[in-house]
Amino acid sequence: MKFKFTFWKLVFAIIMVLGGYATVIRFTQGLGASTNMSDQYPWGIWIGFDVLCGVMLAAGGFTLTGAVHILNVKRLEPIVRPTVLTAFAGYLLVSIALMYDLGRPYRIWHPLVMRNPHSVMFEVAMCVMCYTTVLALEFSPIVLERFNLHKPLKFIKAALIPLVILGCILSTLHQSSLGTMYLIMPEKLHPFWYSPLLPVFFFISAIAVGLAMTIFESSISSRVFGRQLELPIIQELGRILLVVLSVYAILRFEDLYHRGVLHQAFIPQYETYFFWLEIIMTAIAPILLLSIRKVRMSPGGLYFCAVLTVLGFITNRLNVSITGLEHWVGRHYLPSWTEFSVTASMVAGGFALFGLAVKYLPIFEDEHEHKPRLSAPQAVEPAAPLSSTTVVTDAGD
Amino acid sequence: MSKSLLYDATMCIGCKQCEAGCAEQNRLPYNDQIAAEQVTSDHKFTTVVAKQEKYMRRLCMHCQDPACASVCPVAALRKTPAGPVIYEEARCMGCRYCMVACPFAVPKYEWAKVLPKVQKCIMCPDRIAAGKQTACAEACPTGATKFGERDELIREAQERIRANPSNYVPHVFGVEEVGGTSVLMLSGIPFDQWNMRLSDLPSDPLPLYTYKVLSRIPDFIPLGGIVLGGVWWITHRRDEVAEAEAAEQASKEAGKKNGGAR
Repeated sequence: MKFKFTFWKLVFAIIMVLGGYATVIRFTQGLGASTNMSDQYPWGIWIGFDVLCGVMLAAGGFTLTGAVHILNVKRLEPIVRPTVLTAFAGYLLVSIALMYDLGRPYRIWHPLVMRNPHSVMFEVAMCVMCYTTVLALEFSPIVLERFNLHKPLKFIKAALIPLVILGCILSTLHQSSLGTMYLIMPEKLHPFWYSPLLPVFFFISAIAVGLAMTIFESSISSRVFGRQLELPIIQELGRILLVVLSVYAILRFEDLYHRGVLHQAFIPQYETYFFWLEIIMTAIAPILLLSIRKVRMSPGGLYFCAVLTVLGFITNRLNVSITGLEHWVGRHYLPSWTEFSVTASMVAGGFALFGLAVKYLPIFEDEHEHKPRLSAPQAVEPAAPLSSTTVVTDAGD
Repeated sequence: MSKSLLYDATMCIGCKQCEAGCAEQNRLPYNDQIAAEQVTSDHKFTTVVAKQEKYMRRLCMHCQDPACASVCPVAALRKTPAGPVIYEEARCMGCRYCMVACPFAVPKYEWAKVLPKVQKCIMCPDRIAAGKQTACAEACPTGATKFGERDELIREAQERIRANPSNYVPHVFGVEEVGGTSVLMLSGIPFDQWNMRLSDLPSDPLPLYTYKVLSRIPDFIPLGGIVLGGVWWITHRRDEVAEAEAAEQASKEAGKKNGGAR
């Protein structure tokens, strides 16, 4: 097998080397030496991004399995596998990232035996643990199929519906609970972000991001793996995304209005800029754009809106976990290069895991249907020139 | 029956004996340099903040319903019936949620260590168990820090304000803040000037805010299961019915054809 050294592989290598170096510093010299966290900022981007955003970005798993298996939206079936893969990879990476952030990572199992049911963190820990197991089981048919293990496959398929239901319940619980975590600090978090509805916001936005991530990864995989873009499917997702974003935006506005903080949005201050950045990217821009039929029907428009939504809600999570606390603390926090490197290697690791899984496992339905052709050495390459633009023209209507 | 501390800032002379006593009790280093530090940290559990001739002690407030203990996923922090909020190092996995949750930013972390732990005032639980007062109260030469029963200390604090209203801000800090604390404070100047923002602190215990949501989970799980299961049953029932109807239709048509052929 030939190994081609491309630009992206170079970027990947650099990120991984930096991440590896940061890892050494983190585990030999401790959190103080490797991060800009302090008694004022006990949580930095390893919680704000790696955990909060990581879990949110993996929300497509329960959104799509729920839609296909529970709501019986059969049209979305072909993208369930890549979405479950994303979710599974996402939760694995969140768990790894957590090992960096915990002061004593080798005690990560403690919540299992030293329970405190009044702790939101305890609930999140249990849910994430259980849900990662559920995802592993939901993902397992792909591996079992690859190795032709039919007996366990039958077993898993019989248990699929209860598994999906369990996955949806667990996800609803911990996606919202990540917001509940911040309810304990009414005096610290800026009123733009502190709301009794935080759990609801976190949950709805997780669904939105789950849908947006699915559009994003469908678009990317069609380019990278030279597959035909499932345009009708992502158009459908775009429609649902528009509805979910609208519900979110209305609730967010109502909440700000009823808590009487709307006027603060027009006082020029540090928080206001981040607030508007978030609101424009999560509510105003994607809703306006997706309302335009032409945008909602075009692969480019959908891709743009999906990226906008994802970046918008990443901003939201960072606002809740960092920006919103800066006023109370009285000074700013900026992650150190080591924190950035570790986070970047988690993201890069996510892409790599996805790529490897697609290469070696029957992730995309159409590929495993044409399995015999895959065995031919050149079968993978010729697909590459089929760019998304050719798909656009014949599916443009 | 819970023990408390009453700190009266108007009686404090800023001698820092409480700091020294605390350091000795908790086997922490103490020297002039540390004495000059005005913030609590992993090596300084209490500090006397000076503002011209006025002083204010900072230490763990030992809340009646502590946020730190409620958020700890492994119950490493615990409020004891005797009053102190204690910390069991062997349980702690270092998530630092306690530090984020504490309304007084009390828990500190050993950032410089590879295997760190949380550090904070634990109100000398061993001394209290032995019937003694805390190290800081014992060290205090003026009685500014007084150890006793919470109810009695509240009554005494109120009495001091009533007897000498011009000396005090008419507020006993810790009676109502975040549901009450086991450290009570009196001050001659507004608490806001000590960066203890009264207006920000709710009188409800903070754990209530998360418990309102958490307490719904036991109901949510079976309910969610039933609803999702029900939705699944309906959506798939539709398919089954449609399939059965199609099959019936087909067999009817086949029957007709057969009949015609006969």
